[in-house]
Amino acid sequence: MADPAPDTPTSSLSVRVVVDGAELGRSLARMAHQILEANRGAEDLMLLGIPTRGVYLARRLAGLIAGIEGRPVRIGELDITMYRDDLRANPTRSVGRTAIPGRIDDAVVVLVDDVLFSGRTIAAAIDALRDLGRPRAVRLAVLVDRGHRELPIAADHVGRTIQTAADERVQVRLSELDGEDTVTIGRTGGTR
Amino acid sequence: MRHLLSAGDLDLASALSILDGAEEMQQVQSRPVKKLPALRGRTVVNIFFEDSTRTRTSFEIAGKWLSADTINVSAKGSSVSKGESLRDTMLTLDAMGVDAFVIRHPSSGAAQQVAGWVKAKVINAGDGQHEHPTQALLDAYSMRHHFRSLGSAQASGAGTEFQGKKIAIIGDLLHSRVVRSNVLLQRTLGGEVVLVAPPTLLPTGVETWGCPVTSDFDAALADADIVMMLRVQRERMAGGFFPSEREYAEGYGLTEARLAAMKPGAAICHPGPMNRGVEISSAAADAANSLVLDQVAGGVAVRMSVLYHLLGSDEGARQ
Repeated sequence: MADPAPDTPTSSLSVRVVVDGAELGRSLARMAHQILEANRGAEDLMLLGIPTRGVYLARRLAGLIAGIEGRPVRIGELDITMYRDDLRANPTRSVGRTAIPGRIDDAVVVLVDDVLFSGRTIAAAIDALRDLGRPRAVRLAVLVDRGHRELPIAADHVGRTIQTAADERVQVRLSELDGEDTVTIGRTGGTR
Repeated sequence: MRHLLSAGDLDLASALSILDGAEEMQQVQSRPVKKLPALRGRTVVNIFFEDSTRTRTSFEIAGKWLSADTINVSAKGSSVSKGESLRDTMLTLDAMGVDAFVIRHPSSGAAQQVAGWVKAKVINAGDGQHEHPTQALLDAYSMRHHFRSLGSAQASGAGTEFQGKKIAIIGDLLHSRVVRSNVLLQRTLGGEVVLVAPPTLLPTGVETWGCPVTSDFDAALADADIVMMLRVQRERMAGGFFPSEREYAEGYGLTEARLAAMKPGAAICHPGPMNRGVEISSAAADAANSLVLDQVAGGVAVRMSVLYHLLGSDEGARQ
């Protein structure tokens, strides 16, 4: 999950843009096609965005998929706050929204997040799904895979793979929230 | 948050965080697996020195749905009936490594006192005639739902649903712990509380609470957005606080006539248990705009949210 209140990338000289708006758009378009190809269509698909930015990415992917298939795809949000393994180590986090569009049983769930890093968020998301029902399959779509996994988790659909150092901070900025579409890398001493 | 002893302890941000969290917790009620892992490994002891069904049960369910181990201790059948002091009882349980106590006690200030003794966190589930903060929170939760259903919601999460809303609280204010917690919480949330009671049932010092007090129910009813009826405890009758049940119902009961005189869009709250025919008529209790059952349903969600806010993080936990 990305930092909910990112600072401006221009605030530090060590921050650089690695994906611009046009590239980000093309990556999403490719991911939409890949999701459809892997699933052989939009049948039974359910996109679940992980707050905050995963939700917006899921909406965009759903829009692209609907454009390709000519019919809407189910889309929802999955908050994983209560399932985090570092819940206790941090000050109380406010709980986000979970909205599941219909029955999860036998659906093909595609989890959508902005950055795949340690894999802990996704592990928590899989735990959360298990309490909601039994999907036929769970897949993972992320805009950025930056490496440094701490758990055996891999993405099925990746927008961009970026080589990073563990102490660097990768930030996805989306026009809906941040006024622009970019991915930046920096050493701003942030949370990731 | 270290403890929840008084509704006045909550600033606007924490009150709204609890109310927002409860919205999400309520979804758990409709899930196939009614369980969230957030409080796995935490131990919550519900210790009740007074009878209670809904508060104790809803705290127990709330703890269990969050995966905490909840244990109920009632004063009957415990060492309390052997004459052990409150302090010794609490210290004994605390020494077992409890993470939180949910305590109800007939003495005002008991929860506060216990909080000073134990390492665990303390939630006040009603202390004498003093406070009942989780009841005020669930009242606010139900009211907020009602205001939102009317479409009067402004920017969500801004807490402004209560701004300018008139909340009339009617009944035995003297013996009620619910009223004080509601007054304190609404001071934070922005609702305007109007207190209505016969002069014999007003607490001393009520004029310092900062809300209008009247004995004219009908006048207050005319512009109330929420009509909150408090239970009249029948045992008070012997105390000569009012002449008869019938006379009380006439002056301060939510009768059918008063139900009809309510402002359009106004809703009825009652913390329960209700005395039908005394402070509330059956017609009012079962009316479409009665929030009584929503209050009960929201009670579990609000208490889950309170437990989560107190125990979700290791901050301030026992060392």
